[in-house]
Amino acid sequence: MATAQMERPAAAAPPPPPVAPRKPMLSLGTMILLGTLVLWLILRQVFANKWNLPLAKADLTSLHTDLNTFNDWVGNNRNTNPIFVYFFNEIRLVVDNTSTFVTHLISKTDVGLGIPQIGWLGTFCILTFVAFAVSNWKMALLTAVVFFFIGLQGLWPATMDTLSLVFTSVLFALIIGIPLGIWAGTSDRVNKIITPVLDFAQILPSFAYLAPLVLIFLIGPAPAVIATIIFATPPAIRITAHGIRQVPVTTREAVDSLGVRRGQRLRNVLLPMAKRTIVIGINQTVMAALSMVVIASLIGAEGLGLSVSQALQSLDVGTAFNAGLAIVLIAITLDRVTTAASIRAEVAARAGSDRRRLRLIVIGVALVITVVAIYLSRIYLWAAQFPQASLPDLGTSISNGANNVTNWVTTNMSGFTTGFKNDFTNHVLNPFESLLTGSPFFVVGLVLLVIGALVGGWRVAVTVLICLAAMVYLGVWADAMSTLAATIVATIVVMILGLVFGVWMGRSKMADRILRPILDAGQTLPAFVYLVPFLALFQASRLTAIVAAVVYAAPASIKIIADGISQVSTNTIEAATASGSTRWQIITKVQLPMSAKALALATNQGLIYVLSMVVIGGLVGAGALGYDVVSGLAQGDLFGKGLAAGLTLVMMGIILDRITQAAANRSLGSSISPAIARRQSATVGN
Amino acid sequence: MTASATPTPDFSIRNLWKVFGHRADKIPTDPAMATLTGPEILERTGCVPAVRDMNFDVARGEVFVVMGLSGSGKSTLVRCLTRLIEPTAGQVLLEGQDIMKASQSALRDIRRKKISMVFQHFGLLPHRSVIDNVSYGLQVRGTGKSDRYKRAQEVIELVGLHGYEKRFPDQLSGGMQQRVGLARALAGDPDVLLFDEPFSALDPLIRRDMQAEVIRLHRDMGKTMVFITHDLSEALKLGDRILIMRHGELVQIGTGDELVGAPADDYVADFVSEVPRADVLTLRWIAQPGEASPTGPVLPVGTVIRDAIPTVLGTAGPVGVVDGDKLIGVVTRDDILGIINKSHAVGDVDPTPITDSRLLEPAVLA
Repeated sequence: MATAQMERPAAAAPPPPPVAPRKPMLSLGTMILLGTLVLWLILRQVFANKWNLPLAKADLTSLHTDLNTFNDWVGNNRNTNPIFVYFFNEIRLVVDNTSTFVTHLISKTDVGLGIPQIGWLGTFCILTFVAFAVSNWKMALLTAVVFFFIGLQGLWPATMDTLSLVFTSVLFALIIGIPLGIWAGTSDRVNKIITPVLDFAQILPSFAYLAPLVLIFLIGPAPAVIATIIFATPPAIRITAHGIRQVPVTTREAVDSLGVRRGQRLRNVLLPMAKRTIVIGINQTVMAALSMVVIASLIGAEGLGLSVSQALQSLDVGTAFNAGLAIVLIAITLDRVTTAASIRAEVAARAGSDRRRLRLIVIGVALVITVVAIYLSRIYLWAAQFPQASLPDLGTSISNGANNVTNWVTTNMSGFTTGFKNDFTNHVLNPFESLLTGSPFFVVGLVLLVIGALVGGWRVAVTVLICLAAMVYLGVWADAMSTLAATIVATIVVMILGLVFGVWMGRSKMADRILRPILDAGQTLPAFVYLVPFLALFQASRLTAIVAAVVYAAPASIKIIADGISQVSTNTIEAATASGSTRWQIITKVQLPMSAKALALATNQGLIYVLSMVVIGGLVGAGALGYDVVSGLAQGDLFGKGLAAGLTLVMMGIILDRITQAAANRSLGSSISPAIARRQSATVGN
Repeated sequence: MTASATPTPDFSIRNLWKVFGHRADKIPTDPAMATLTGPEILERTGCVPAVRDMNFDVARGEVFVVMGLSGSGKSTLVRCLTRLIEPTAGQVLLEGQDIMKASQSALRDIRRKKISMVFQHFGLLPHRSVIDNVSYGLQVRGTGKSDRYKRAQEVIELVGLHGYEKRFPDQLSGGMQQRVGLARALAGDPDVLLFDEPFSALDPLIRRDMQAEVIRLHRDMGKTMVFITHDLSEALKLGDRILIMRHGELVQIGTGDELVGAPADDYVADFVSEVPRADVLTLRWIAQPGEASPTGPVLPVGTVIRDAIPTVLGTAGPVGVVDGDKLIGVVTRDDILGIINKSHAVGDVDPTPITDSRLLEPAVLA
């Protein structure tokens, strides 16, 4: 594994002294690495299962019991400690009130039949109307069809819960994110402070902050919304700032030279020119919030996410599929509508005044219809509750269909699926996992340290060392090694897919045109829906989590590699072809080396995506850290261990991110053009 | 266009510095740096002196061209004039008032009313139509909608964009976009126009049109212009006077024929070596002492050599060169043919012209 990851950056790096011959420099790093790996294998045999820090599922370290005690202490002092009374509890109150308000409005109330303020017909019309107002009639039609279909699935109430969660979280995320993004976009200092924080938030697996949130905010809607806000705000900040920053310097200078005030510049120039990008940021924020609904259900969110997570945990594929399908449909709808809105943000200003007037009239009519629908939905029961009984019940059919397929697969294809599962588990996963879990902790640590030092120098090595020390201290080392094994195996598969499809897409416009929309669609789907089909194929096992992680992570890596390959200049390819290179030589000696940074970035993204997904696999029997986190949320006496497992995840994420980032920076830092040109002239000829 | 320096300069640049880098403010006052070249300062301190101890005056109504290769600091210099880039040290005097000391609101006022700028990459607002782009400067001043549209319409017609008012920038060609940029700069009726390589991004033919446009506007409106370019032929075509910059420093300042006829150093000589001398130099540079036939034709001393060819070749003897009524020398066929033949060689003319009135300009080398 480590060879696959390490050799690439090492090969990508040019020889530091420009005049030095290339070969000895290349092999020095590789030799140290190979030596370390051989030493690892030897030590693994010599110290088999010694100092490997095992911990049984129910066992706790003293740190874990201390954390439990701390949890109890927080519970007892929640209403007296000033930090809680004046800060955390206030936040909780604001979030809770907003969330309750939205829930009462569209989902349910606590009185009588629990009918919401606005019944289904009203909400249905509002959603359709908003889709029309921000984009166009096609999107309005899509929205209407999808939400009616979801009603037929029998999921209207659950969907409204989910929408309340998403709406509340997105509201807060945008209120926080857009101003911060504007600030970061206009001030270099703020940008410098905020960027590392956002980078860190990005590598943070969402599972990691569930336990701390529960510690502070208890279980319930508030922490669920806050977890979603934490996950959904960074894209809003980042993309808004990016939108402001991409306004060309010339334009800024030009308006400055006209003597504009700062406020005028922001209002007349920066915001209008960043508008489209900011709407894309809203799109990303909505998608991020939606992708959290299942995870948020672990700490108290209701709705579709809860249906999915309960069904996943009880291995009820049919129910999980039905609810998962609804989430996918919502994801597609919200994505399409917000994307169309971002395009509209660009063209709206240019439409002729006649068209604009016509559109205003249509919007006015639609608004009247919507208001009438809201009124009806407050008066009549048929308009208040989705008339499930008088319409066909699609939900049961879908569940049954999914169950039938699952049963058919289990009975007819088990030879294949079970065979594949056993082969993969016994010949790939288990040996690798036992290499990691069976080695003394200091040996694994040393290997990671050497890799870190080789790729990123002493800075990265120090970071790795600190994180390793924290991992040992946190006491779930063995589980961390299992998760690491699954993560690395899945990432290797992702990189193989990335190389094959990325090179294909990078070289063929046709392939790019066919594959890219599929990959884009794949990336809009929330992570956990990938678990459902593989749960049907492979039951509850580590393989289910790994395959789901691969499918989840592959699109990002493939796209990064494809972009890297296609950015290699045509001149260079022509020069290589003119020197008589074969296609294989062009790929291996020109395109891949010149895409070294893209490869390193693809590995980085692959690892981060896989890590977050492998952990979610804890819901379906992947065990290890994911299981520790989930059980910590469910059982009070395992709380401390779950918290420790979450922190361990963070440490692991940092280690993997730092090493691969360093590899990526290194391929950039080597002043690409001369270095690559040199290497090229050395390789193209042969 | 001929040199027309008047005693009341619009712009006076005094000891202007712009240094990029850490502790940049130490460089201008450090005597140890005075003798070093720009690249040496970079190596020694990590700071880049983009504009270095710059001194010059721009006369009212003059077209003043700053020329240099990329990286010579010319774009930084022009941005320092309105503090789009904050200078490190020195003075920028506009009609005697130091812009460097102006408060933010006073500076804004200067930018709104006195000095406008045209940019290489246009810097138009893509979400506004042509007329809204042109009137934007008036809008930020608080001019009412009907007034500013009226004024914008005038300027749009002035730059030949009539009929394109409702278009958006991306619907226009590069040349037309730059006309919008020009109209925007003119809309506020400023005293001074700054041009930062405005035509470098345009096709050669369109560039020629736009140069003609600038010459026409200057003739009609007589505004002071500071024009940045890296194109020598553009500089010679437009500039009353030309300042040559290198590594942030002033190398030479003078009229086109002074630069070509008497380059200050090898750098300038190399720069102007490709210029057809007969097109730029006047008879002043080749006239010899001597006597001409009293009945033969005479030519004014400011005549460009190429224009003198028919007369000189059509006359048997030497042709008299006069400054006003005074005969100051003669030119012969051989003098003219010599210049045309050797027109690509450097240093083939006597660097000292016939008269002592070389200082046509109050050359302001401090």
